[in-house]
Amino acid sequence: MTPRVTLAVAGRVLAQLRRDHRTVAMLLVVPCVLLALLWWMFDGNAGIFNSVGPPLLAIFPFIVMFLVTSVTTLRERSSGTLERLLSMPMGKADLLLGYALAFAAVALAQSLLAVGLTVGALGMDVQGSVLTLTVVSVLNAVLGTALGLFVSAFAETEFQAVQFMPALVLPQLLLCGLFVPRDALPAVLEAVSDVLPLSYAVAAMREVQAASSWTSDLVLDVSVIGGSALLALMLGAATLRRRTA
Amino acid sequence: MANKSPAVDISHLRVVRGGRTVLPDLSCTIPPGQVTGLLGPSGGGKSTLIRAIVGVQKVQGGTVEVLGQPAGSAALRRQVGYVTQAPSVYADLTVTENLRFFARVLGARTAAVGTVLDQVDLGHYADSLVGRLSGGQRSRVSLAVALLGEPQLLVLDEPTVGLDPVLRRDLWALFHDLAAKGRTLLVSSHVMDEADRCDRLLLLRDGQVLAEGTPHALREATGADDIESAFLALINRVGWQPDRQNGTPVRTRDKEVAP
Repeated sequence: MTPRVTLAVAGRVLAQLRRDHRTVAMLLVVPCVLLALLWWMFDGNAGIFNSVGPPLLAIFPFIVMFLVTSVTTLRERSSGTLERLLSMPMGKADLLLGYALAFAAVALAQSLLAVGLTVGALGMDVQGSVLTLTVVSVLNAVLGTALGLFVSAFAETEFQAVQFMPALVLPQLLLCGLFVPRDALPAVLEAVSDVLPLSYAVAAMREVQAASSWTSDLVLDVSVIGGSALLALMLGAATLRRRTA
Repeated sequence: MANKSPAVDISHLRVVRGGRTVLPDLSCTIPPGQVTGLLGPSGGGKSTLIRAIVGVQKVQGGTVEVLGQPAGSAALRRQVGYVTQAPSVYADLTVTENLRFFARVLGARTAAVGTVLDQVDLGHYADSLVGRLSGGQRSRVSLAVALLGEPQLLVLDEPTVGLDPVLRRDLWALFHDLAAKGRTLLVSSHVMDEADRCDRLLLLRDGQVLAEGTPHALREATGADDIESAFLALINRVGWQPDRQNGTPVRTRDKEVAP
């Protein structure tokens, strides 16, 4: 791994994104619009908004980054630039970390806006600091990026890549505790939700909301999210082959 | 220069792609400091051979040695420049942004960006988005990327497709300039009229080397006026018959034509 190369990749991904004004606008504005819509739906009922808001702050960056990353990396695979890069003195980790860094930067901007809106303007009640909320939110986005990088290896077209969203993300959304508390799920589903990373993302957000300090539960949840992202990146590295058939 | 060990040394290379034997048993060498033309019809195995030399192709047998090391070795990644048939550059970045990025990956000097832009004559398009350029211009951007790290061996898959005659002439002049500086070039083409621009030719058909030698020697040996006729004469002479059973030719390659 070479920091020069990692940063070159991150800079390049951001330069590409900067050209795509529509995508940048969607990345930054859509989560805010959805959160505002949610607040409006539960007009005046601060209790419901307070209970649904934090999980959605975890889920939006996760989903958006998953989609953007899987399509972007697939494009790199199919355009021949990936083969070219791998024939150059570039480590696989440089490529993956470069992508992760670039999208983490985008996620930071996205999270700052979403957290600012919900906590500042819409009055979401959070005991923990805004900083912690943002950190957890960015970490969730990195998890989405890492999973997106990994699944892009199994898609041959952008159509297929987009289909991985309902296939891999929606089950996590259903089982993460947003609709039914996880301990109230049937035993089998609870066990399944125990191994799905999004469950920990949502739990972490709720921890930040409920407590003003880093509880041991929060530390555990954050470690699981970080560990899952790292694992997905390593699996992603395994799918990058310098030699292909 | 002629007595130096070959830049590329391939022996009994066997490649199967998608259940089809593309290269059944290929052996050849590529001398250093020359422009070698890899000629033959589409589907004859040119790109697969090139991929094997660059080290991005899974191979089923044989050995490929490049600059004294096994193809694809980590040490070769700085010494081999590779241009694929389809331009492998980012359409949503400008020409300069593309070159700067690859220069940073290769650890090349920033000044190299200006140099290679001039070499492929794209100075006027430095700030244009690659996606807005013509096909020929895009492939020149791709070529410029390969020139960045001043590689010892340049492997170019059909670099002159879609270029106007003046540009083609200029690029061939560039290739010979590079060869004069001691670099080795392997340039594939399915256009036979480019043969005479090469120092040496490798005629490939159905995954086998039909002949190798200088253009002059190939014409002499076959009594043909141009390489296209020489190619046909060689096919007729060896009674080339694809084996219908497994799609691979039954005849082994012809003897090397002495220069």
